[in-house]
Amino acid sequence: MKEKALILDKAGIDRALTRIAHEILEKNKGPADLALVGIQRGGVHLARRLAVKIRDIEGVDVPVGSLDITMYRDDLDIRASQPVPKGTDISFDVHDKAIVLVDDVLYTGRTIRAALNSIMDYGRPRRIQLAVLVDRGHRELPIRADFVGKNLPTSTKEKVEVMLSEESAEEKVVILEE
Amino acid sequence: MALGSKDLLGIRGMSADEINLILDTAMSFKDVSEREIKKVPALRGKTVINLFYEASTRTRTSFELAGKRLSADVINISVSTSSVVKGETLLDTAKNIEAMKSDMIIVRHPCSGAPELLAKRLKSSVINAGDGFHEHPTQALLDMFTIRERLGRIEGLDVAIVGDIAHSRVARSNIYGLTALGARVRVCGPPTMMPRDIERLNVSVYYDMDKAVDGADVIMMLRLQLERQAAGLFPGVREYARLYGLNKRRLSLAKDGAIVMHPGPMNRGVEIMSDVADEGSVILDQVTYGVAVRMAVMFLLSGGGRAETQSLS
Repeated sequence: MKEKALILDKAGIDRALTRIAHEILEKNKGPADLALVGIQRGGVHLARRLAVKIRDIEGVDVPVGSLDITMYRDDLDIRASQPVPKGTDISFDVHDKAIVLVDDVLYTGRTIRAALNSIMDYGRPRRIQLAVLVDRGHRELPIRADFVGKNLPTSTKEKVEVMLSEESAEEKVVILEE
Repeated sequence: MALGSKDLLGIRGMSADEINLILDTAMSFKDVSEREIKKVPALRGKTVINLFYEASTRTRTSFELAGKRLSADVINISVSTSSVVKGETLLDTAKNIEAMKSDMIIVRHPCSGAPELLAKRLKSSVINAGDGFHEHPTQALLDMFTIRERLGRIEGLDVAIVGDIAHSRVARSNIYGLTALGARVRVCGPPTMMPRDIERLNVSVYYDMDKAVDGADVIMMLRLQLERQAAGLFPGVREYARLYGLNKRRLSLAKDGAIVMHPGPMNRGVEIMSDVADEGSVILDQVTYGVAVRMAVMFLLSGGGRAETQSLS
Protein backbone atom coordinates (compact mmCIF):
# COMPACT_ATOMS: atom_id res chain seq x y z
CA MET A 1 0.00 0.00 0.00
CA LYS A 2 1.20 3.51 -0.70
CA GLU A 3 0.71 6.73 1.19
CA LYS A 4 -2.22 8.76 -0.12
CA ALA A 5 -2.33 11.65 2.31
CA LEU A 6 -0.72 12.95 5.48
CA ILE A 7 -3.45 13.56 8.05
CA LEU A 8 -1.53 14.62 11.14
CA ASP A 9 2.15 15.36 11.61
CA LYS A 10 4.03 15.27 14.90
CA ALA A 11 2.88 18.73 15.96
CA GLY A 12 -0.67 17.94 14.85
CA ILE A 13 -0.80 14.80 17.00
CA ASP A 14 0.53 16.74 19.98
CA ARG A 15 -2.03 19.55 19.56
CA ALA A 16 -4.87 17.05 19.25
CA LEU A 17 -3.78 15.30 22.46
CA THR A 18 -3.44 18.62 24.31
CA ARG A 19 -7.00 19.53 23.33
CA ILE A 20 -8.32 16.08 24.29
CA ALA A 21 -6.61 16.36 27.69
CA HIS A 22 -8.37 19.67 28.31
CA GLU A 23 -11.70 18.27 27.11
CA ILE A 24 -11.39 15.23 29.39
CA LEU A 25 -10.77 17.51 32.38
CA GLU A 26 -13.59 19.84 31.39
CA LYS A 27 -16.15 17.09 30.88
CA ASN A 28 -15.19 15.28 34.10
CA LYS A 29 -14.89 18.52 36.09
CA GLY A 30 -11.27 17.87 37.01
CA PRO A 31 -9.03 14.85 37.52
CA ALA A 32 -10.72 13.36 40.63
CA ASP A 33 -11.47 9.60 40.22
CA LEU A 34 -10.21 9.78 36.65
CA ALA A 35 -8.26 6.86 35.16
CA LEU A 36 -6.96 6.29 31.64
CA VAL A 37 -6.95 2.83 30.01
CA GLY A 38 -5.13 2.43 26.70
CA ILE A 39 -6.03 -0.36 24.32
CA GLN A 40 -3.01 -2.38 23.09
CA ARG A 41 -0.96 -1.30 21.37
CA GLY A 42 -1.27 2.27 20.07
CA GLY A 43 -3.81 3.32 22.67
CA VAL A 44 -1.42 2.52 25.51
CA HIS A 45 1.13 5.07 24.30
CA LEU A 46 -1.57 7.68 23.77
CA ALA A 47 -3.00 7.08 27.26
CA ARG A 48 0.44 7.61 28.82
CA ARG A 49 0.88 10.85 26.86
CA LEU A 50 -2.54 12.08 27.94
CA ALA A 51 -1.62 11.34 31.56
CA VAL A 52 1.50 13.51 31.20
CA LYS A 53 -0.58 16.34 29.75
CA ILE A 54 -3.14 16.08 32.54
CA ARG A 55 -0.32 16.26 35.07
CA ASP A 56 1.05 19.38 33.30
CA ILE A 57 -2.38 21.02 33.46
CA GLU A 58 -3.60 19.98 36.90
CA GLY A 59 -0.45 18.80 38.68
CA VAL A 60 -2.11 15.46 39.47
CA ASP A 61 -1.07 11.95 38.42
CA VAL A 62 -4.02 9.94 37.14
CA PRO A 63 -3.66 6.13 37.02
CA VAL A 64 -2.93 4.61 33.62
CA GLY A 65 -3.68 1.02 32.63
CA SER A 66 -3.35 -1.06 29.50
CA LEU A 67 -5.93 -3.41 28.10
CA ASP A 68 -5.50 -6.32 25.70
CA ILE A 69 -8.83 -7.29 24.21
CA THR A 70 -7.67 -10.45 22.39
CA MET A 71 -9.62 -12.81 24.64
CA TYR A 72 -12.78 -10.76 24.13
CA ARG A 73 -12.70 -10.52 20.32
CA ASP A 74 -15.73 -11.68 18.37
CA ASP A 75 -13.74 -12.89 15.36
CA LEU A 76 -11.59 -15.57 17.03
CA ASP A 77 -13.53 -18.19 15.06
CA ILE A 78 -12.90 -16.69 11.66
CA ARG A 79 -9.28 -15.66 11.92
CA ALA A 80 -6.61 -17.82 10.29
CA SER A 81 -4.56 -17.90 13.47
CA GLN A 82 -4.93 -16.60 16.97
CA PRO A 83 -3.29 -13.30 17.86
CA VAL A 84 -0.86 -13.35 20.78
CA PRO A 85 -2.22 -11.33 23.71
CA LYS A 86 0.03 -8.40 24.63
CA GLY A 87 -1.00 -8.27 28.24
CA THR A 88 -3.44 -6.36 30.37
CA ASP A 89 -2.20 -4.27 33.27
CA ILE A 90 -4.86 -2.57 35.34
CA SER A 91 -3.22 -2.18 38.74
CA PHE A 92 -5.81 0.19 40.18
CA ASP A 93 -9.33 -0.58 41.36
CA VAL A 94 -11.74 0.35 38.57
CA HIS A 95 -14.69 0.42 40.95
CA ASP A 96 -16.43 3.82 40.86
CA LYS A 97 -13.71 5.34 38.64
CA ALA A 98 -14.37 7.56 35.65
CA ILE A 99 -12.52 5.54 33.04
CA VAL A 100 -11.40 7.04 29.76
CA LEU A 101 -10.66 4.32 27.21
CA VAL A 102 -8.01 5.44 24.75
CA ASP A 103 -7.43 4.00 21.27
CA ASP A 104 -5.62 5.23 18.20
CA VAL A 105 -8.23 4.60 15.48
CA LEU A 106 -11.99 4.12 15.88
CA TYR A 107 -13.36 2.09 12.97
CA THR A 108 -16.03 -0.64 13.25
CA GLY A 109 -16.43 -0.23 17.01
CA ARG A 110 -15.89 -3.95 17.64
CA THR A 111 -12.63 -3.37 19.52
CA ILE A 112 -14.41 -0.92 21.82
CA ARG A 113 -17.25 -3.41 22.41
CA ALA A 114 -14.62 -5.98 23.45
CA ALA A 115 -12.83 -3.43 25.63
CA LEU A 116 -16.08 -2.52 27.43
CA ASN A 117 -16.79 -6.17 28.22
CA SER A 118 -13.21 -6.70 29.35
CA ILE A 119 -13.15 -3.73 31.69
CA MET A 120 -16.45 -4.75 33.29
CA ASP A 121 -14.73 -7.98 34.32
CA TYR A 122 -12.41 -5.90 36.51
CA GLY A 123 -15.18 -4.14 38.36
CA ARG A 124 -17.92 -1.56 38.00
CA PRO A 125 -16.67 1.85 36.89
CA ARG A 126 -18.92 4.84 37.50
CA ARG A 127 -18.72 5.70 33.81
CA ILE A 128 -16.62 4.92 30.76
CA GLN A 129 -15.77 7.44 28.08
CA LEU A 130 -13.88 6.96 24.85
CA ALA A 131 -11.01 9.04 23.45
CA VAL A 132 -9.53 8.31 20.00
CA LEU A 133 -6.90 10.03 17.93
CA VAL A 134 -8.73 9.33 14.64
CA ASP A 135 -12.37 8.47 13.96
CA ARG A 136 -12.52 7.04 10.44
CA GLY A 137 -16.23 6.13 10.37
CA HIS A 138 -17.80 2.85 9.13
CA ARG A 139 -19.22 1.82 12.49
CA GLU A 140 -20.82 -1.63 12.72
CA LEU A 141 -22.06 -1.12 16.29
CA PRO A 142 -23.84 1.76 18.05
CA ILE A 143 -20.66 3.23 19.56
CA ARG A 144 -19.31 6.77 19.42
CA ALA A 145 -16.29 8.55 20.82
CA ASP A 146 -16.52 11.28 23.48
CA PHE A 147 -13.19 12.84 22.50
CA VAL A 148 -11.85 12.81 18.94
CA GLY A 149 -8.51 14.09 17.68
CA LYS A 150 -9.49 14.10 14.02
CA ASN A 151 -12.66 13.08 12.19
CA LEU A 152 -11.59 11.46 8.95
CA PRO A 153 -13.99 10.28 6.23
CA THR A 154 -12.40 7.23 4.61
CA SER A 155 -13.19 4.45 2.16
CA THR A 156 -13.10 0.88 3.47
CA LYS A 157 -10.39 0.11 0.90
CA GLU A 158 -8.09 2.58 2.59
CA LYS A 159 -6.04 1.97 5.70
CA VAL A 160 -5.36 4.52 8.41
CA GLU A 161 -1.93 4.12 9.94
CA VAL A 162 -0.92 5.80 13.18
CA MET A 163 2.84 5.88 13.67
CA LEU A 164 4.05 6.91 17.12
CA SER A 165 7.62 7.62 18.16
CA GLU A 166 7.40 4.96 20.92
CA GLU A 167 7.37 2.22 18.30
CA SER A 168 8.22 3.83 15.00
CA ALA A 169 10.98 5.94 13.49
CA GLU A 170 8.44 8.56 12.44
CA GLU A 171 5.48 10.17 14.13
CA LYS A 172 2.45 10.83 11.91
CA VAL A 173 -1.01 9.71 10.85
CA VAL A 174 -1.41 8.78 7.18
CA ILE A 175 -3.98 7.25 4.83
CA LEU A 176 -2.69 4.34 2.79
CA GLU A 177 -4.35 2.96 -0.36
CA GLU A 178 -3.70 0.14 -2.81
CA MET B 1 4.29 -17.37 14.06
CA ALA B 2 0.97 -19.07 14.51
CA LEU B 3 -0.19 -22.34 15.92
CA GLY B 4 -2.04 -23.33 12.80
CA SER B 5 -2.58 -26.93 13.76
CA LYS B 6 -5.68 -28.78 14.87
CA ASP B 7 -4.22 -30.92 17.65
CA LEU B 8 -1.55 -30.99 20.34
CA LEU B 9 -0.22 -34.54 20.47
CA GLY B 10 3.35 -34.11 21.61
CA ILE B 11 6.31 -31.80 22.03
CA ARG B 12 8.53 -33.85 19.72
CA GLY B 13 9.16 -31.95 16.50
CA MET B 14 7.98 -28.60 17.86
CA SER B 15 10.26 -25.66 17.17
CA ALA B 16 11.51 -23.25 19.81
CA ASP B 17 9.27 -20.59 18.21
CA GLU B 18 6.16 -22.71 18.58
CA ILE B 19 6.93 -23.55 22.21
CA ASN B 20 7.68 -19.91 23.00
CA LEU B 21 4.43 -18.80 21.36
CA ILE B 22 2.50 -21.04 23.74
CA LEU B 23 4.50 -19.87 26.78
CA ASP B 24 4.12 -16.19 25.80
CA THR B 25 0.38 -16.62 25.33
CA ALA B 26 0.17 -18.35 28.72
CA MET B 27 1.56 -15.19 30.36
CA SER B 28 -1.68 -13.34 29.62
CA PHE B 29 -3.84 -16.23 30.76
CA LYS B 30 -1.94 -16.39 34.04
CA ASP B 31 -3.26 -12.89 34.79
CA VAL B 32 -6.85 -13.98 34.13
CA SER B 33 -6.64 -16.51 36.99
CA GLU B 34 -5.48 -13.79 39.36
CA ARG B 35 -8.42 -11.48 38.74
CA GLU B 36 -11.64 -11.24 40.69
CA ILE B 37 -13.60 -12.47 37.66
CA LYS B 38 -11.52 -15.42 36.48
CA LYS B 39 -13.21 -15.81 33.12
CA VAL B 40 -12.83 -14.51 29.58
CA PRO B 41 -15.23 -15.19 26.70
CA ALA B 42 -12.65 -16.50 24.22
CA LEU B 43 -14.15 -20.02 23.86
CA ARG B 44 -17.78 -19.08 24.42
CA GLY B 45 -20.08 -21.61 22.79
CA LYS B 46 -17.39 -24.27 22.38
CA THR B 47 -17.79 -27.73 23.85
CA VAL B 48 -14.77 -29.41 25.42
CA ILE B 49 -14.77 -33.06 26.47
CA ASN B 50 -12.38 -34.49 29.05
CA LEU B 51 -12.04 -38.15 28.08
CA PHE B 52 -9.86 -39.83 30.70
CA TYR B 53 -9.06 -43.53 30.54
CA GLU B 54 -6.69 -43.26 33.51
CA ALA B 55 -7.08 -41.86 36.98
CA SER B 56 -6.23 -38.20 37.30
CA THR B 57 -7.07 -35.38 39.67
CA ARG B 58 -4.63 -32.65 38.82
CA THR B 59 -4.60 -32.81 35.06
CA ARG B 60 -8.33 -33.36 34.64
CA THR B 61 -9.21 -30.54 37.05
CA SER B 62 -6.65 -28.27 35.44
CA PHE B 63 -8.11 -28.84 31.95
CA GLU B 64 -11.63 -28.42 33.31
CA LEU B 65 -10.80 -25.11 34.98
CA ALA B 66 -8.90 -23.94 31.91
CA GLY B 67 -11.91 -24.64 29.71
CA LYS B 68 -14.34 -23.01 32.11
CA ARG B 69 -12.18 -19.90 32.52
CA LEU B 70 -12.29 -19.59 28.74
CA SER B 71 -16.12 -19.84 28.90
CA ALA B 72 -16.27 -23.21 27.13
CA ASP B 73 -18.74 -25.87 28.23
CA VAL B 74 -16.70 -28.70 29.72
CA ILE B 75 -17.92 -32.26 30.19
CA ASN B 76 -15.94 -34.90 32.06
CA ILE B 77 -16.21 -38.52 31.06
CA SER B 78 -14.59 -40.97 33.40
CA VAL B 79 -14.27 -44.40 31.98
CA SER B 80 -15.46 -46.33 34.99
CA THR B 81 -18.99 -44.95 34.59
CA SER B 82 -19.12 -44.94 30.78
CA SER B 83 -20.04 -47.44 28.06
CA VAL B 84 -16.37 -48.34 27.83
CA VAL B 85 -17.06 -50.88 30.56
CA LYS B 86 -19.63 -52.39 28.18
CA GLY B 87 -16.91 -52.97 25.59
CA GLU B 88 -17.17 -49.93 23.34
CA THR B 89 -13.94 -49.13 21.47
CA LEU B 90 -12.05 -45.87 21.98
CA LEU B 91 -12.85 -44.70 18.47
CA ASP B 92 -16.56 -45.50 18.77
CA THR B 93 -16.75 -43.66 22.08
CA ALA B 94 -15.01 -40.63 20.60
CA LYS B 95 -17.13 -40.62 17.43
CA ASN B 96 -20.29 -40.74 19.51
CA ILE B 97 -19.08 -37.79 21.55
CA GLU B 98 -18.26 -35.91 18.38
CA ALA B 99 -21.73 -36.68 17.01
CA MET B 100 -23.01 -34.49 19.85
CA LYS B 101 -20.89 -31.67 18.33
CA SER B 102 -17.80 -31.39 20.45
CA ASP B 103 -15.09 -28.93 19.45
CA MET B 104 -12.19 -30.24 21.50
CA ILE B 105 -11.45 -33.61 23.06
CA ILE B 106 -8.81 -33.99 25.75
CA VAL B 107 -7.61 -37.56 25.99
CA ARG B 108 -5.62 -39.49 28.55
CA HIS B 109 -5.09 -43.13 27.66
CA PRO B 110 -2.78 -45.93 28.83
CA CYS B 111 -1.87 -46.77 25.20
CA SER B 112 0.81 -44.70 23.49
CA GLY B 113 -0.61 -43.22 20.29
CA ALA B 114 -4.28 -43.27 21.29
CA PRO B 115 -4.66 -39.46 20.95
CA GLU B 116 -3.01 -39.57 17.53
CA LEU B 117 -5.46 -42.22 16.38
CA LEU B 118 -8.35 -39.99 17.42
CA ALA B 119 -6.79 -36.86 15.93
CA LYS B 120 -6.63 -38.51 12.52
CA ARG B 121 -10.25 -39.66 12.57
CA LEU B 122 -12.01 -36.74 14.24
CA LYS B 123 -12.80 -33.19 13.23
CA SER B 124 -12.53 -32.01 16.84
CA SER B 125 -9.21 -30.74 18.12
CA VAL B 126 -7.46 -33.39 20.18
CA ILE B 127 -5.17 -32.57 23.10
CA ASN B 128 -2.99 -35.31 24.51
CA ALA B 129 -3.28 -35.33 28.31
CA GLY B 130 -0.82 -38.22 28.61
CA ASP B 131 -0.64 -41.41 26.56
CA GLY B 132 1.16 -44.50 27.79
CA PHE B 133 4.93 -44.08 27.90
CA HIS B 134 4.78 -41.63 24.99
CA GLU B 135 4.14 -37.95 25.79
CA HIS B 136 2.41 -35.55 28.18
CA PRO B 137 2.87 -32.29 26.28
CA THR B 138 0.93 -29.89 28.52
CA GLN B 139 2.89 -31.08 31.57
CA ALA B 140 6.16 -30.30 29.80
CA LEU B 141 4.83 -26.90 28.70
CA LEU B 142 3.83 -25.98 32.24
CA ASP B 143 7.20 -27.20 33.51
CA MET B 144 8.98 -25.01 30.98
CA PHE B 145 6.71 -22.08 31.88
CA THR B 146 7.55 -22.57 35.57
CA ILE B 147 11.30 -22.65 34.88
CA ARG B 148 11.03 -19.52 32.77
CA GLU B 149 9.02 -17.72 35.43
CA ARG B 150 11.39 -18.70 38.26
CA LEU B 151 14.77 -18.52 36.54
CA GLY B 152 14.02 -16.08 33.73
CA ARG B 153 15.22 -18.29 30.92
CA ILE B 154 15.65 -21.87 29.77
CA GLU B 155 18.53 -21.63 27.33
CA GLY B 156 21.84 -22.69 28.87
CA LEU B 157 20.35 -24.13 32.07
CA ASP B 158 21.30 -27.55 33.42
CA VAL B 159 18.20 -29.60 34.13
CA ALA B 160 18.43 -32.96 35.92
CA ILE B 161 15.47 -35.31 35.45
CA VAL B 162 15.60 -38.10 38.04
CA GLY B 163 13.59 -41.30 38.32
CA ASP B 164 11.94 -43.88 36.12
CA ILE B 165 12.91 -42.36 32.77
CA ALA B 166 11.85 -45.40 30.77
CA HIS B 167 8.21 -45.30 31.81
CA SER B 168 7.81 -41.53 32.05
CA ARG B 169 5.90 -39.57 29.43
CA VAL B 170 6.62 -36.47 31.50
CA ALA B 171 10.37 -37.05 31.09
CA ARG B 172 10.07 -37.65 27.36
CA SER B 173 8.03 -34.51 26.65
CA ASN B 174 10.35 -32.44 28.82
CA ILE B 175 13.45 -33.78 27.09
CA TYR B 176 12.07 -32.78 23.68
CA GLY B 177 10.98 -29.34 24.84
CA LEU B 178 13.93 -28.40 27.03
CA THR B 179 16.52 -29.44 24.44
CA ALA B 180 14.59 -27.53 21.73
CA LEU B 181 14.85 -24.42 23.92
CA GLY B 182 18.58 -24.90 24.48
CA ALA B 183 18.78 -26.40 27.98
CA ARG B 184 21.29 -29.13 28.81
CA VAL B 185 19.33 -32.11 30.07
CA ARG B 186 20.73 -34.81 32.36
CA VAL B 187 18.71 -37.93 33.02
CA CYS B 188 19.32 -40.11 36.04
CA GLY B 189 17.80 -43.32 37.36
CA PRO B 190 18.48 -46.99 37.98
CA PRO B 191 19.83 -48.84 34.91
CA THR B 192 16.63 -50.93 34.81
CA MET B 193 14.63 -47.74 34.33
CA MET B 194 16.84 -46.11 31.71
CA PRO B 195 15.78 -46.59 28.08
CA ARG B 196 18.45 -47.90 25.75
CA ASP B 197 19.86 -45.28 23.37
CA ILE B 198 18.36 -42.38 25.35
CA GLU B 199 21.57 -40.44 24.50
CA ARG B 200 20.17 -40.02 21.01
CA LEU B 201 17.79 -37.42 22.44
CA ASN B 202 20.81 -35.21 23.27
CA VAL B 203 20.79 -35.91 26.99
CA SER B 204 23.60 -37.07 29.25
CA VAL B 205 22.97 -40.19 31.29
CA TYR B 206 23.83 -40.58 34.99
CA TYR B 207 23.33 -43.50 37.33
CA ASP B 208 24.77 -41.70 40.36
CA MET B 209 22.33 -39.07 41.57
CA ASP B 210 24.95 -36.99 43.40
CA LYS B 211 26.73 -36.44 40.09
CA ALA B 212 23.48 -35.78 38.23
CA VAL B 213 22.37 -32.94 40.50
CA ASP B 214 25.84 -31.45 40.94
CA GLY B 215 25.61 -27.83 39.76
CA ALA B 216 22.13 -28.26 38.30
CA ASP B 217 19.76 -25.27 37.94
CA VAL B 218 16.64 -27.42 37.97
CA ILE B 219 15.95 -30.79 39.61
CA MET B 220 12.88 -32.47 38.21
CA MET B 221 11.84 -35.50 40.22
CA LEU B 222 9.61 -38.15 38.68
CA ARG B 223 6.99 -40.15 40.49
CA LEU B 224 8.07 -43.72 41.27
CA GLN B 225 5.28 -46.01 40.21
CA LEU B 226 5.30 -48.40 43.11
CA GLU B 227 3.82 -51.23 41.02
CA ARG B 228 7.12 -51.37 39.12
CA GLN B 229 8.59 -53.15 42.11
CA ALA B 230 6.49 -56.21 41.30
CA ALA B 231 7.99 -56.17 37.82
CA GLY B 232 11.45 -56.41 39.38
CA LEU B 233 12.71 -53.02 38.17
CA PHE B 234 13.86 -51.96 41.61
CA PRO B 235 14.47 -54.12 44.66
CA GLY B 236 12.77 -52.03 47.34
CA VAL B 237 11.33 -48.65 48.16
CA ARG B 238 13.89 -47.92 50.88
CA GLU B 239 16.83 -48.70 48.65
CA TYR B 240 15.31 -46.59 45.87
CA ALA B 241 14.85 -43.68 48.27
CA ARG B 242 18.46 -43.96 49.41
CA LEU B 243 19.87 -44.03 45.88
CA TYR B 244 17.46 -41.82 43.95
CA GLY B 245 15.49 -39.82 46.50
CA LEU B 246 15.94 -36.05 46.72
CA ASN B 247 16.97 -34.97 50.20
CA LYS B 248 18.54 -31.82 51.65
CA ARG B 249 22.08 -33.08 51.21
CA ARG B 250 21.61 -33.80 47.53
CA LEU B 251 19.79 -30.50 46.97
CA SER B 252 22.80 -28.70 48.47
CA LEU B 253 24.94 -30.09 45.64
CA ALA B 254 22.84 -28.20 43.07
CA LYS B 255 23.46 -24.61 42.11
CA ASP B 256 22.44 -21.88 44.60
CA GLY B 257 18.83 -20.94 43.87
CA ALA B 258 18.14 -24.22 42.07
CA ILE B 259 14.47 -25.12 41.84
CA VAL B 260 12.86 -28.46 42.70
CA MET B 261 10.00 -29.72 40.55
CA HIS B 262 7.66 -32.70 40.65
CA PRO B 263 4.70 -33.41 38.35
CA GLY B 264 2.71 -35.01 41.20
CA PRO B 265 1.34 -36.98 42.81
CA MET B 266 4.35 -37.25 45.14
CA ASN B 267 5.45 -40.30 47.07
CA ARG B 268 6.76 -38.45 50.10
CA GLY B 269 9.77 -40.18 51.59
CA VAL B 270 10.42 -42.14 48.40
CA GLU B 271 11.55 -40.00 45.46
CA ILE B 272 11.27 -36.75 47.41
CA MET B 273 11.65 -36.04 51.12
CA SER B 274 8.99 -33.91 52.78
CA ASP B 275 11.33 -31.10 53.85
CA VAL B 276 12.55 -30.62 50.28
CA ALA B 277 9.02 -30.82 48.87
CA ASP B 278 7.56 -28.28 51.30
CA GLU B 279 10.33 -25.69 51.47
CA GLY B 280 11.65 -24.00 48.40
CA SER B 281 10.08 -26.28 45.83
CA VAL B 282 7.97 -24.90 43.00
CA ILE B 283 5.59 -27.83 42.94
CA LEU B 284 2.47 -25.79 43.67
CA ASP B 285 3.55 -23.10 41.19
CA GLN B 286 3.59 -25.84 38.58
CA VAL B 287 -0.03 -26.59 39.39
CA THR B 288 -1.03 -22.90 39.26
CA TYR B 289 0.72 -22.30 35.95
CA GLY B 290 -0.76 -25.51 34.54
CA VAL B 291 -4.16 -23.84 34.23
CA ALA B 292 -2.69 -20.85 32.37
CA VAL B 293 -0.68 -23.02 30.00
CA ARG B 294 -3.70 -25.21 29.21
CA MET B 295 -5.82 -22.10 28.62
CA ALA B 296 -3.18 -20.91 26.15
CA VAL B 297 -3.11 -24.25 24.32
CA MET B 298 -6.91 -24.44 24.09
CA PHE B 299 -7.10 -20.83 22.94
CA LEU B 300 -4.44 -21.28 20.27
CA LEU B 301 -5.99 -24.49 18.94
CA SER B 302 -9.49 -23.02 18.82
CA GLY B 303 -8.83 -20.66 15.93
CA GLY B 304 -11.23 -21.21 13.08
CA GLY B 305 -10.44 -20.87 9.39
CA ARG B 306 -7.43 -23.12 9.60
CA ALA B 307 -5.50 -23.31 6.34
CA GLU B 308 -4.80 -27.00 6.76
CA THR B 309 -5.85 -29.48 9.36
CA GLN B 310 -2.45 -30.80 10.24
CA SER B 311 -1.53 -32.07 13.65
CA LEU B 312 1.13 -30.41 15.69
CA SER B 313 3.86 -33.04 15.61
